Order: sequence, then structure tokens, then C-alpha cells
Amino acid sequence: MSGHSYIKRPNRPLQIYAALFLVVLYVPVLFLPLFSFNTSIYVKFPLTGFTFQWYIELMDREPVWAALMNSLRVGVTTSLISTGFGIFAAKAITRYRLPGKGPLVGFIMLPLVVPGIIFGVALLILISRMGIPLSLYTVTIGHVIVCLPFAIATMIPRFEGFDPSIEEASADLGENAWWTFWRITFPMVFPGILASLLLTFTVSFDEFIMAFFLSGTDPTLPMYIWSQLRFPKEFPSILALASIILVVSFAMVFLGQWINRDAQATDSKSE
Amino acid sequence: MRKQLIQKVNDPMTKTDAFISIRNVNKFFGKFQAINDVSIDIGHGEFFSLLGSSGCGKTTLLRMLAGFENPTSGEIYIDGQPMSGVPPHHRPVNMVFQSYAIFPHLNVRDNIAYGLRKQKLSRSKRNAMVDEMLDLIKLPDYGDRKANQLSGGQRQRIALARSLILRPKVLLLDEPLGALDKQLREQMQLELRALQKTVGITFVFVTHDQEEALTLSDRIAVMSNGRDLQVDTPTRLYESPMDREVASFIGTMNFFDGTVKALTDGGAEIETAGIGDVYTTNIPPSLTPGQSVSVAIRPEKLTLSSDGHGGSNTVKGRLDNAAYLGERSHYYVSVDGVPQPVAVSAQNRQRANGNAESQRPVWLSWDDNAFVVLGNG
Ligand SMILES: Nc1ncnc2c1ncn2[C@@H]1O[C@H](COP(=O)(O)OP(=O)(O)O)[C@@H](O)[C@H]1O
Ligand SMILES: [Mg+2]
Repeated sequence: MSGHSYIKRPNRPLQIYAALFLVVLYVPVLFLPLFSFNTSIYVKFPLTGFTFQWYIELMDREPVWAALMNSLRVGVTTSLISTGFGIFAAKAITRYRLPGKGPLVGFIMLPLVVPGIIFGVALLILISRMGIPLSLYTVTIGHVIVCLPFAIATMIPRFEGFDPSIEEASADLGENAWWTFWRITFPMVFPGILASLLLTFTVSFDEFIMAFFLSGTDPTLPMYIWSQLRFPKEFPSILALASIILVVSFAMVFLGQWINRDAQATDSKSE
Repeated sequence: MRKQLIQKVNDPMTKTDAFISIRNVNKFFGKFQAINDVSIDIGHGEFFSLLGSSGCGKTTLLRMLAGFENPTSGEIYIDGQPMSGVPPHHRPVNMVFQSYAIFPHLNVRDNIAYGLRKQKLSRSKRNAMVDEMLDLIKLPDYGDRKANQLSGGQRQRIALARSLILRPKVLLLDEPLGALDKQLREQMQLELRALQKTVGITFVFVTHDQEEALTLSDRIAVMSNGRDLQVDTPTRLYESPMDREVASFIGTMNFFDGTVKALTDGGAEIETAGIGDVYTTNIPPSLTPGQSVSVAIRPEKLTLSSDGHGGSNTVKGRLDNAAYLGERSHYYVSVDGVPQPVAVSAQNRQRANGNAESQRPVWLSWDDNAFVVLGNG
């Protein structure tokens, strides 16, 4: 007896494939932090020496801090709005028999597959037609659209993971919809809400194309990075900045996944 | 038509003491009719069961009482009040869900106290009420447990306590014992019955288990395909089922075709094809001579013997099959002129020797009134 069921027994080729996949995906990205600690301003081997110089330089730059603040404001607002919408969209999708639910869900998920440049241009046209000046607000609108599918996709398993009769039981015990939401639904999906906040914040924080089309005079952090790429002298600092963003993004997404790790298992666990 | 008539006669409930009154309720899901013109009256303090096979509409009817579904037409009255438009949280009923629906993020205490928020009680009063409930369900030391640290039987009790603490006028229970193993189920049946007597609340209990319904209920509504076939006490459902469907749903029944020969003081003489004339007073009203009917008898009301004597209430047959079940045996006897083998159930008073020899001649006999006359439906 191996102790493994047929479907769960280890599969060597699949493991190798997974390892290769991760290497191809992430090794190029790892060059960023590597060269950000290199003393040379040129990105090439061999490495010349180890330094924190670029990180220290970064701290002294006024525009970096301004861009960071812009990104934080946009990110926090975007994550709150898209998660808020996401809660109710996910509840509607999982709880009610909506006619045409399939197409509707597909439509909501569209921003995941439609190239950002198309959405960016479309929104730009729309917004300028309406005479709204480009600003961090317009960036936020674009980011909410991009982030909504992430929020919904994070929340749906949370809602699917618990028996609708739990909400009915609350109504049966005398609570109206409002109180049922706050006493039952909200605490039960709360890990999903946290995960969604973290994920959508990260997506917004890292997003470039929408910001490129929709920002006015205040750049977000990715916009700032892009504007500095023209100056070779600045490049190592940009690498340092990119490395920081990379590490923080990874950390946030993993934290979100960890918080939300038991989504859909709430029922079976409580058996 | 005939059904309505019998129901009036059989129903001990008159309209005035009906506590729950379901009046001509229909329910459609799209084109599918889940409930078909159901009218049932349930009395105050009754233990009332809805019995029927899976998919016959029991849960749907219960959910309409609780307010989770609205009747497509018809009206439900509880304590004299029409319920249409009254949301679940304003109805004087509470429900124990099939899945129990224990709140997983709350401990046992908070689950039980969940519905007390609006009553604005002092903390000590609230705790006292919860303690009382924990005692009632015999889980006094479980207050701080989480929902996921409980067994099926314990969850079921907590679901009960959570409802009972609100002193509802009606408790609705949707197959509450279905998920429990046999032994626990039998124990919980006794407890549930005792509990209902203690608290004096009207119980509407859904089950697909006929034995459970017979054991627990004051009255039972037998349902099939969204209709209520017969509403009666367990004894009358078993002894005087109204038609073949009810008769075959509850226990086993032997059916014979016949015609009414004569009506004599409260009884009827029925002429049958295979078993001669039978006399019984278990007859539906409005029977007329010459009418074709079914007569039916339960397997345990037939006596099997191997030495024949002629006479009335006796018929000869051949033993087809015997099944030994320990305390009793089931025999299947073919009788000339009867299409199905006749089932007989007998207690094994003597030690069985296990050599029930097949195809030997046997005699079946019965008492007067052992038969019941059904309409030919
Ligand atoms: N919300 C619903 N939508 C469509 N059909 C339903 C719905 N609820 C129940 N039904 C159907 O109604 C019938 C009766 O269901 P139900 O009341 O749950 O039966 P029971 O509890 O007796 O097993 C079933 O055929 C079921 O498929
Ligand atoms: Mg059911």
C-alpha cells in the first residue's frame, strides 16, 4: 500500500514541468534585485561589487516619494471600491438565480483578457468626451475596472463555501437582511474581503497602462519609473525601486492567499 | 371529490381550532408544479408530520410556512393571521434546517443566543436563558465549543435550542434526524417527542421515514407529487388508508379486486375473484352495491396454517417463498385468481427449523374486519 489514491499519487513529469515553469517565469524577474545591488550603472555581467548606494539615493528623491503617495492613494481607494463592489457582485452571482448569469459573469471578467491598451484608450476617449480632466481620480476609475474581476474572483469561493441556509437561519431567527449581513455574511467572508483588499491594492499599485492613459500631471509609481527609463544614470535606482515594489507585491499577494486559504473549506471543516 | 368528503369525516380538527391553516396552496417553480392544491389544518400543540418520498414537496411546503418561499396561489394562516407578505423574520415560527445551519464562526452559546438580540436582555438574564437551553438539550458543558467541534447529534440539538429559546408558536423541522445513524436516531426520536410534550409547541416535522412518522406524530399528512393524499392519525393511516397509494406507501399491503355485493348494518360484503367473499366495516362512505372496489389486508392480519379446514374467511394457496427475519418471517403465497403473491407476516413463536418447504399447500385465514375497502383508484 502506497497510501496514495490514484489521483493523488506523485507524478514525476508533472513536478518537473511545474519546476521549469516557475524558473522560466521568475528567474528573469530576479535579475532586477540582483543588479540593484551592483556598483556598476550598466546592467551586465560580471557583477562589479555590492552596494546599497542606489537604495540610499532613492530615499533622497522628492519625486519618488510624491509618486509613492499618489500610488498609495489610488491603490487604497481602488481596493476599497472594487472590494466593496466585489462583495455584492459575488453574493449576487452565487446566491441568486439570475437569468443570463453565465454571460454576465463572463462580461465582468472581461478586463482580465482584454488588452489594457484597449480599455485605456476607450476610457480615455469616454472621459475626455465627458469633459472630465485627467487626474488621479480618472486613474482610480480605470483601476477599479481592472481590479473588479480580481475582487470578484477572490470573493466567489468564499460565498460558495458556505451553505445558503446559514443566512436563512439568521432570517428565521428574526434578523433582517441588514443584520444578517453584518452578523453572518460579513464575518464568514471576512478573510476573502481581506484577501481581496490586498490583491486589488497590489494590482492597482503595479498597474501601468491605465495610469499611462488616464493620469494627469501626478504620476503613479510605475509611471514615474517609466519616465526615468530614458536616463541611463538613473537606471540602477529604478532597479532598486522596482525590486522594492516586487518584494512588497509578492508579500501582499501571498499574505492575501494565506488569509483566504480555507475558502470553500468552511463547510467541510465544520462537519 | 370523494377525497374531500372523507377528509371532512376523518379530520378531528374543525376549522375553529386550526392553528396553522394551509388553504389551497399551489407552488410553481417555473413550469414545474412542486405543490398541488394542498389544504391542511394543524392544531395547537400538535406533533404533525409531513411524510412522503424524496422530491414530493415536503421541504417546499415547510419553506412556505417559514416564509422562504411564497405560494403561487392559496393562503397560509398561522394563529389566525394570513402570512402572505410576512417575511421570515417576522413570522412566529422557527425552523430546524436539514443541514442544521449552525453558525460556524460562533460558539455554542452565541449560536443559541443568536435570536435574542432584539429582546435587549441583561447579560445575566441572557446567560440564564442559554444555560436553561443547554440543560434542556443535555449539553450543559458545551457552551464554549466551536461549531466544528460538535458531532451531528450535538449540532442537531443546538439547532433545536437556538429555535426553542425564542419560544416560537411553531417549530418546523426538516428531516432533522436524517443525517444521524440508526441508534442515535431512535434515541433522538424519543427525546424529540418528550421535548415537544414539555414545551408544548406545535411541531411540523418533515420525514421520508414512515416508521419515524408513525412513532412520533399525532397526525400525519401523506404527500406524493406535491399533493396531500391523506391527513390522519398514525393508526387510521395504517388501518384505514384511503387509497392504494397511501396503503402501499405506509407498510406493506395486499390488494384484491372486488365488487360490492351488499351493504349491511355499517359494513359491506365484498365479492372478490380469488379469496371469496369478505365482510368488513372498514369502508369509505358512499359505497353502493355493484360498485367495483379494492379490498386490502396487512400481512400480519393473515394467519398461515398448513392443515386446511374449509369454511368462511379461509383460502387455500401454495407457499412460494419464505424469508426468515429473526423475530418474524415473511411468507409469499400464491392463490388462484390473485395476480400477485399474497404477503403474510408471522411472529416466530416457536423455534424455526428453517425448512419451510416450497410449493406445499397452505391455508390463509383472517378475522372479520381485518380487511379495508379502498376506492378503486
Ligand atoms: N428553488 C427551486 N427551484 C426549482 N425547483 C425546485 C426548487 N425547490 C424545490 N424544487 C423542486 O420541487 C420538488 C420538491 O422539492 P422538495 O420540496 O425539496 O422535496 P422533498 O423535500 O419532499 O424531498 C423537487 O422536484 C425539486 O426539484
Ligand atoms: Mg427535503
